[in-house]
Amino acid sequence: MTALAFDVNGRTQSVDVDPATPLLYVLRDDLRLNGAKFGCGLGQCGACTVIVDHGAVLSCITPVSLVVGRRVRTVEGLGRADRPGPVQQAFIDEQAAQCGYCIAGMVMRAQALLERTPNPTDDEIRREMAINLCRCGTHLRILRAVRRAASLLAASVRSSAP
Amino acid sequence: MSSAAPRRGPAPWLRASRVLVVLVALALGALALAWRPVIDPVDPPAASAFAPELVRRGAQLAGVGNCAACHTRPEGPSLAGGVALSTPFGVVYGTNITPEPETGIGRWSEAAFVRAMRRGVDREGRHLYPAFPYDHFVRTADEDLHALYAYLMTRDAVRAPAPENRLLFPLGFRPLIAGWKLLFLDTEPLAPNPRSSAEWNRGAYLVQSLGHCSSCHSPREVLGNEDRVRYLDGGDAEGWTVPALNVKSPSPLPWNVEQLVSYLRTGIARDHAIAGGPMQGVVAGLATASAADVLAIAVYIDSTLGSPTPSRQDLAKASRARASQPTLPPAVGPGDATLALGSNVYAHACAACHDAGRGPSSSSALQLPLAVAVHDPDPRSLIRIVLGGIRPIDANAGRWMPAFGDALTDEQLVALLAYLRRAAAGAPPWPDVAARVREVRTEPPA
Repeated sequence: MTALAFDVNGRTQSVDVDPATPLLYVLRDDLRLNGAKFGCGLGQCGACTVIVDHGAVLSCITPVSLVVGRRVRTVEGLGRADRPGPVQQAFIDEQAAQCGYCIAGMVMRAQALLERTPNPTDDEIRREMAINLCRCGTHLRILRAVRRAASLLAASVRSSAP
Repeated sequence: MSSAAPRRGPAPWLRASRVLVVLVALALGALALAWRPVIDPVDPPAASAFAPELVRRGAQLAGVGNCAACHTRPEGPSLAGGVALSTPFGVVYGTNITPEPETGIGRWSEAAFVRAMRRGVDREGRHLYPAFPYDHFVRTADEDLHALYAYLMTRDAVRAPAPENRLLFPLGFRPLIAGWKLLFLDTEPLAPNPRSSAEWNRGAYLVQSLGHCSSCHSPREVLGNEDRVRYLDGGDAEGWTVPALNVKSPSPLPWNVEQLVSYLRTGIARDHAIAGGPMQGVVAGLATASAADVLAIAVYIDSTLGSPTPSRQDLAKASRARASQPTLPPAVGPGDATLALGSNVYAHACAACHDAGRGPSSSSALQLPLAVAVHDPDPRSLIRIVLGGIRPIDANAGRWMPAFGDALTDEQLVALLAYLRRAAAGAPPWPDVAARVREVRTEPPA
């Protein structure tokens, strides 16, 4: 086995694993980043969603070999408990989590959506977020959180502009 | 000595005015040819005016015709229009065909509806664009149009004006469509084939009328008309490669009636394909059609596919042999770095579902040596499936494949396609795969 190197949340990581290992297992077991969750293991629920380069990716069905040399972001990379990022803050403000198991994936998909489409329509939000499932049924709060996150991000862009 | 004066024609002003008169006469003549009368508005008929059995039959036929594909926006109100259809001539919007009196067809008599279906003219006498496939609907039988009218007039009325079409100049001028019809609208009724079964004849009728299958499954010519000579030779729809349904079918295994019925009603044909792209809407419609009609369509399409030639039989044998292996063969040894990369991408990312014999596997995914998409004449459909996955349309059950668009780099995807073309299809490489990938990646979202 050869070491595989890629960037995780801004730091280069090198792991010595079978290249077919799902990225999710590497993140959780080797790098101790437990934000992304194992849900179905078949790419059907979205609990394992992380961002690779600029897109939301289902890490349970993405072999680590595909991300070598690329940039991976997990929910841990968006902020800390005492300093949450805008999307995390919006989910807190809207109390969008019930059991919380799906939320890290929801936050990452919302983050990727808003980076690509800063001001999405409700249809665009629904269509994109439909890939991630929530079994508690907090979808309406999640949708509100994504809308709130869009305005928080827009505000932070405005305040950081020269 | 003759001193004849040079012959003098009419004065230039007179000549010009004669030309003008001729042009005006021609234009008036053309407009007269294009002119269609208004059909008087009616009061929207009450839903109770239609027998429930007739309405039910109309609903099944609307499933065959897939009206919703163009007349129901995703997540929009049923049949209220607004679907944007991109054509080489601009964008045409599907109209509101609910019985709403002002923005829908509530004031259309049955005669107005029949004229629209068969001649492409709306109640007010305006020519309709042939994005509305009246070149097929013209052959719809009276009793089927009667049932469809009953179905449409009993839907919920929704107030929704259609957006303005955005067409290339001068196509916004509707009388021009009369010229198109003169060339391409064949009003000759279908002649039944007395040597074939009633079921076959029913299928032939549905495919060539309401089903309008060849709208996508035949190539189109420069004026947007179907190429009648190359009937069911395959075409394209919304950027997907649409396979041929005749002897040119790319399917490695010959289709049979049972697999066709399964595909048409559920989108799942175990030995051929899972419906993706625009075909998903067709399947959603056919799932609500009558089982007898879908069987008839399958019987007819099975006949257009023809009996397999010896070379097709060889392909089928080779494909079955490939599919019987526990895994696709890896690209080993020195040689092509692209194939080696593609082989790894397949083994790590795809095989868990698509190979039955490689460790834990749901083994419910299509076996790729049998998949029509890897045998298609070009890679566009396969690219779209890998990038976007297969996602059943809302409120429909169906097979799900996750999207790999953001997981794969262009280099990885191109390598995967090259590998699948060789290892799964055993076919020569597609040309310009990288360019096709870039095209799909950079197109604006729908």
